Amino acid sequence: MMERIFRIFRFNPETDKEPYYDTFTIEVQDTWTILDGLNAIKWHHDGTLSYRRSCRHGICGSCAMMINGKNDLACEKQISSVKGEITVEPLKGFPVTRDLMVDQTHFFEGLRLVKPWLINHTAPPTDKERLQTPEDRKLLDGTWECILCGACTSSCPAFWDNDSFLGPAALLKAYRYICDTRDEGLDERIGILDSKVGVWRCHTIFNCVEACPKDLNPTNAIVQLRRRLIQEKL
Amino acid sequence: MKFELTYHKHDVVVVGAGIAGLYAALKTSAKVDTAVLSKVYPTRSHSGAAQGGCAASLGNMMEDHWEWHMYDTVRGSDFLGDQDAQELLVREAVPVMYEMEHLGVPFDRTEQGRIAQRPFGGHFGNFGKSPMMRSCYAADRTGHAQLHCLYEQCVKNEVRFYNEFYALTLIIKDGVCQGVVAWDVNGGGLHVFHAKAVHLATGGYGRCWKITSNSMANTGDGLSLVMRQGLPLEDMEFVQFHPTGVWKHGMLISEAARGEGGYLINDKGERFMENYAKAKMELAPRDVVSRAEQTEINEGRGIKGQDCVHIDLRHLGKEKIITRLPQVRELALKFVGLDMIDSPIPIQPTAHYSMGGIPVNLDTQVLRDTGKTAVPGLYASGECACVSVHGANRLGTNSTLECAVYGRIGGIKMLDYVCKHPGHDDLPEDAAEMAREEIEHLLSTAGTKSGVRPVELRDRMQETMSENVAVFRQAEDLKKQVGICQDLRQEYKKVAIDDGGIKANTDLIEAIELGHMLDYAYMIAQCALERPECRGAHWRTDHPGRNDKKWLKHTLAWLHGDEIRIEYKPVVITRFQPEERKY
Repeated sequence: MMERIFRIFRFNPETDKEPYYDTFTIEVQDTWTILDGLNAIKWHHDGTLSYRRSCRHGICGSCAMMINGKNDLACEKQISSVKGEITVEPLKGFPVTRDLMVDQTHFFEGLRLVKPWLINHTAPPTDKERLQTPEDRKLLDGTWECILCGACTSSCPAFWDNDSFLGPAALLKAYRYICDTRDEGLDERIGILDSKVGVWRCHTIFNCVEACPKDLNPTNAIVQLRRRLIQEKL
Repeated sequence: MKFELTYHKHDVVVVGAGIAGLYAALKTSAKVDTAVLSKVYPTRSHSGAAQGGCAASLGNMMEDHWEWHMYDTVRGSDFLGDQDAQELLVREAVPVMYEMEHLGVPFDRTEQGRIAQRPFGGHFGNFGKSPMMRSCYAADRTGHAQLHCLYEQCVKNEVRFYNEFYALTLIIKDGVCQGVVAWDVNGGGLHVFHAKAVHLATGGYGRCWKITSNSMANTGDGLSLVMRQGLPLEDMEFVQFHPTGVWKHGMLISEAARGEGGYLINDKGERFMENYAKAKMELAPRDVVSRAEQTEINEGRGIKGQDCVHIDLRHLGKEKIITRLPQVRELALKFVGLDMIDSPIPIQPTAHYSMGGIPVNLDTQVLRDTGKTAVPGLYASGECACVSVHGANRLGTNSTLECAVYGRIGGIKMLDYVCKHPGHDDLPEDAAEMAREEIEHLLSTAGTKSGVRPVELRDRMQETMSENVAVFRQAEDLKKQVGICQDLRQEYKKVAIDDGGIKANTDLIEAIELGHMLDYAYMIAQCALERPECRGAHWRTDHPGRNDKKWLKHTLAWLHGDEIRIEYKPVVITRFQPEERKY
């Protein structure tokens, strides 16, 4: 056990005019994650502290937040990996619902706009799967693993500038379907991808790549989408 | 404190947005107005944590038949599963797997371009005799792939999602389900959902144990909703402890790690499964492996005498670990700081899967008695339900399968029901009363300081359940636990929370969840006490052996105030007569 100091962003729109920071000094175990620390604070010190969490091992995407200035999943980030005072803040770029909870309605709406489902105009074979070679299936790796935590979109300056920009997560999702050899939906998606809110708004500064807790590369997906759009135009 | 009451009307309301709930919603939304309420954003549901795969006798790697899959499932269930439900599960598995592929699930592929399949514990060929590759997988993130695909399909179908809405009570009038009352977690306020059919798919409930693989959302809310309406729960004593939980944390190292050839090793460096399941070794079913591990630990052969053993994958080689088990490797790196490529990983049994739940028939209609009487308009599927395909012990890869098969059937059956009922029945006038009382009471405790903090009761429940109702059980401990649960339920009346706010009040939600957990933990302890035999995951050291003469039957339990009443119903046996279970 050792003592650590958490400095946590607080804002309750029901009662607070302005956000502020609360400081908690707590005893932590060396195996604890940031989420364990937040739980200890909520359960033993201040039940009003609000944040999302669920799976505890980096697959559900609930607990993305900013830890010492960097987006991360609280459940995967070991306290021992953070030096000094631990500052925890909500994801940037989204409206704050309360404390560390942000409103992701708009984020999920952006996802809907890219038609994130398999579009295929030929009926699938009855009583069999569609065939796909292992090489073609491999093209999807690095896309379908996205957990929609929002860390990437929240780190994107183009999204901060203009939140109608689809952002890296939605574009990665678009690419996940467009590079699927079973999908025939490029035509249906091209309008939104080629629009003012689409792929051209990305400044390729790779913040999203750095922010992704699953080590995915949304910038690469965006660049690949641009290539496809240019090919279509030629 | 003031909060709004809002009314909504839909044909179908699904509670829970995991694989089962979303599959049901996908089917009904093709034709009727469908809403999904979920306490988390749908893609945060715990189905996404399912790793190793989904079973179906596609026969893509080797000869396979649904009869073989059925035999394994029946035997795995220690003959407590209902064989009509098990047959439906394994027969439907094949078309459902193809349908999921058609919907877009990115399964791994064979060289021929077919869905790839791999071995898993308890699944064999030729009626238990030869090795089998039956688990359809997408690396070790199969549940994630299925969950996201179904969510996206529901978005396409314009399902109305109420995200972060927490269901509080069912509305049942004259024995017919009319809807559900929920709390809007972010906005605050009660919402009455008036529906022709309600489908509960609220998932598992492992959170009443200290060491569990379950997500923090798995608090058995659907079970309490049902219990508090005077309806029974089935086979609550049967809870599976998964053999490969990360030591001290409880989250899962996928069974795929053993499926791909991982070894279990004790402190002496022995592959100890040789002493427990000589033929199937690490691929014996989970209950068998967990008991072997616990025995090693209890007899002092845990690693350095501690409460863990090792899973060793080093002989599989870097390439196989990286391509087949990427998430498992990442998990061990992040939580134990060890790389499976060059180090064994400490593990222990972890509360994982609940075989029991809300009794339903083959159409997923909720049952109200030991006979066949259904509650019109009320359906359930997935882990919260008990149909019963897993009986006393579930096989790996049969859970996401159950969610898909029975969620889908539920959707189809609800669609039939709704189409036959053109109008909504009248709601009772006090539809939201019970929910309002619960919310108002808890909010009124905020800041009173004199009450009990929820965490005190939750910690006690989790620690004592792990001590007294775990892999090995005996009457003395179970009696003690029944008493502890009774006390905790009394103390719960004195719980006081900190947060009296209306919006985004997660303190309030956690307190309600605690009430739900105390309800079902009490039932689990009582039902475990009342079954003096060893069957599947329920192992009574004071009553060795399976007792088919007396106990080949399902437990049904009702909660009446502070008392539990138990009745029994027969097991459906069609193709396979009970036999000794050996691996």
